Amino acid sequence: MGIASAALALSATACGKSSNDSGSDSDSKATKAAIAYDIGGRGDQSFNDAAYAGLKKAEDELDVKGAEAEPSSGEGDADKVQRLTSLARAGNNPVIGVGFAYAPAIKKVAAQFPDTTFGIIDDTSVTGKNIANLVFNEEQGSYLAGVAAAKASKSGTVGFIGGVEVPLIKKFEAGYVQGVKDTNPKAKVLTQYLTQPPNFDGFAKPDLGKAAAQGQLDKGADVIYAAAGLAGSGAIEAASKAGKWAIGVDSDQYNQAGLAAYKDSILTSVTKDVSDSVFNLIKSVKDGKPQTGEVRYGLATDGVGLADSNPKYKEMTDLIAAVNKAKQDIIDGKITVKTAP
Amino acid sequence: MMKIDKDKLLIGAAGPVLALVSSFVLTMLVLLATGLDPIEPIQLMIENAGYADIQVLIINQTGIYYLAALAVAIGFRMNLFNIGVDGQYRLAAMISAVVGASVELPGPLHILLIVVVAALTGAFWAGIAGILKTTRGVSEVVSTIMLNAIATSLIAWLILPKNLGVQPEGSNDLTTGEIAESGWFPGIDMGQGNGEIYGFTFVALALGVVYWFALNRTRFGFDLRATGESESAAQASGVDAKRMILTSMLISGGLAGLSGMPTLLGDTHTYSLSFPVGVGFTAITIALLGRNNPVGILFAALLFAFLDKASSSLDVEGYPKEITQIMQGIIVIAVVVSYELVRRYGTRRQQQKVGEELAAGGAIKTDKEVSA
Repeated sequence: MGIASAALALSATACGKSSNDSGSDSDSKATKAAIAYDIGGRGDQSFNDAAYAGLKKAEDELDVKGAEAEPSSGEGDADKVQRLTSLARAGNNPVIGVGFAYAPAIKKVAAQFPDTTFGIIDDTSVTGKNIANLVFNEEQGSYLAGVAAAKASKSGTVGFIGGVEVPLIKKFEAGYVQGVKDTNPKAKVLTQYLTQPPNFDGFAKPDLGKAAAQGQLDKGADVIYAAAGLAGSGAIEAASKAGKWAIGVDSDQYNQAGLAAYKDSILTSVTKDVSDSVFNLIKSVKDGKPQTGEVRYGLATDGVGLADSNPKYKEMTDLIAAVNKAKQDIIDGKITVKTAP
Repeated sequence: MMKIDKDKLLIGAAGPVLALVSSFVLTMLVLLATGLDPIEPIQLMIENAGYADIQVLIINQTGIYYLAALAVAIGFRMNLFNIGVDGQYRLAAMISAVVGASVELPGPLHILLIVVVAALTGAFWAGIAGILKTTRGVSEVVSTIMLNAIATSLIAWLILPKNLGVQPEGSNDLTTGEIAESGWFPGIDMGQGNGEIYGFTFVALALGVVYWFALNRTRFGFDLRATGESESAAQASGVDAKRMILTSMLISGGLAGLSGMPTLLGDTHTYSLSFPVGVGFTAITIALLGRNNPVGILFAALLFAFLDKASSSLDVEGYPKEITQIMQGIIVIAVVVSYELVRRYGTRRQQQKVGEELAAGGAIKTDKEVSA
């Protein structure tokens, strides 16, 4: 109880002052950018790390001073408001919320700081003059993965593993299934989600991905696409050990050090260029022309796409031709990819 | 008489103090072992707690923890371990948010409806465990853990847009739709963007008083504590133990249901995928640390809220904020160990005292015999 009462005593003396008052730095000339992470924080090998890569690149190339803030477990909107407010008051511009969970908080904070640009990834529900909505056509990249999977499959059965059953991951599923069916109408797609929200283990625990992949392999699947963050590495491991194909997600997983042992089995990866979206926003603010409104990254701008690092993938000319055709058709608007299964 | 009470109080306080001191020392050792300054993070946290916006967060979180910990504590007093507080809290928040968003009533009625629905939902979910225990003898520990998992799946299903959920245009979140303004519980605005103290926090404190009164000043409270001490003895003295089990499970669940109200009525006004989770588990530690005493729980809730919120900017200063989680984890272990140590010490002391008194009494008697 000692600490609690000490804290109480302190709060009584320092009442009225806000934690943000002390934050404003003197060197307002230098551009300062901040990102506030989603659940998991830095080191998740996926979403948050990609955002950090964008910030790092901005630090190196644009001489921007970066700040990062991580969420606490079990926090609410009020904590996010406080975090964004203190980042904005400290003179960071832009302030980027990584993940849709920041939407309600950005709505409140952006109104208070009209001169600061706020970025939010994966959400267009909050809008404002100083809000940039960084969104991706995950379904388009996943459609191409579906085309590749249908072409690479010999058994006619392919698998999809979603980390957590949330609308965002359903976009991946929708595009993938459509891509498979359009390429081979007779193909069977096995779909499985690892966990239900608010249990986000499905993005974090490789053993869950491994078990799910094993189940799909037993049912005859020979290509497995896992959109499951860190848990996906378990699926890649299982597919690799069975001598089947795996398709990675978010970054080019063929080149990921942690997966080097299984990389020969990683047919391709559906990339989502979160890092460039963060970098571009920071750059636009530094250049004095801040992005605003919806900034969409799709196939046309290579914001999403398929990686071709695996030499075996490059050998499959028939597959590559089909993928390229599908890509062009999507860009030309001949194919509309569904965003919900 | 006074002397014994003071002893009891000292022994009662020794447990939590021992637990806190050892957890702080161990956390500092962890910091030292990782090559970090062990003092500065603590200083930073105390400094943070001096700011008004952090204080608002701490006070609001205290209210939430307080309600959830009362729910756990009432079970503990009855010798029931309700691990399902988290599931009851989430399900109640979700169902009451759905009901709240679907109607529009005059202010106080709207709020009252939401609160009642939340309490009933929580009570219903805990009641399942209660009925299983009284009719089939199923351990409430097992059934409430399972009900947590079932609540997770049930909510995930109910919140799908094809059922009760809403996916706002352009959002990747699922919500239950926004509750109309008449269903918002007014709070105290602290001004200058410092945030708002949730009005429901005061309801939480009032419920603490009710908890104390019901447990210590009513027949029901006596029966509850008696059944908790010894079910068979209570039964022998005419208490319907099964009814007490079910009743206390229902009350525990009802309180658990209410613990979602500060957030729902004061801040989010909707239940979404990002609604805070884990409150019910932290509450178990808080109830343990507070020794199921309404005042003790208040301080424990305040401490945990302080650890949570004052640490939020540690990572900006280069310290891992996870140290507070380490601290909270060590507190759990330290609490259990130190309470047992203190209990043993207390028993030994009591025995010693009784021995001394007996010896003294015996001596007097012998004196008397001699003189006679």
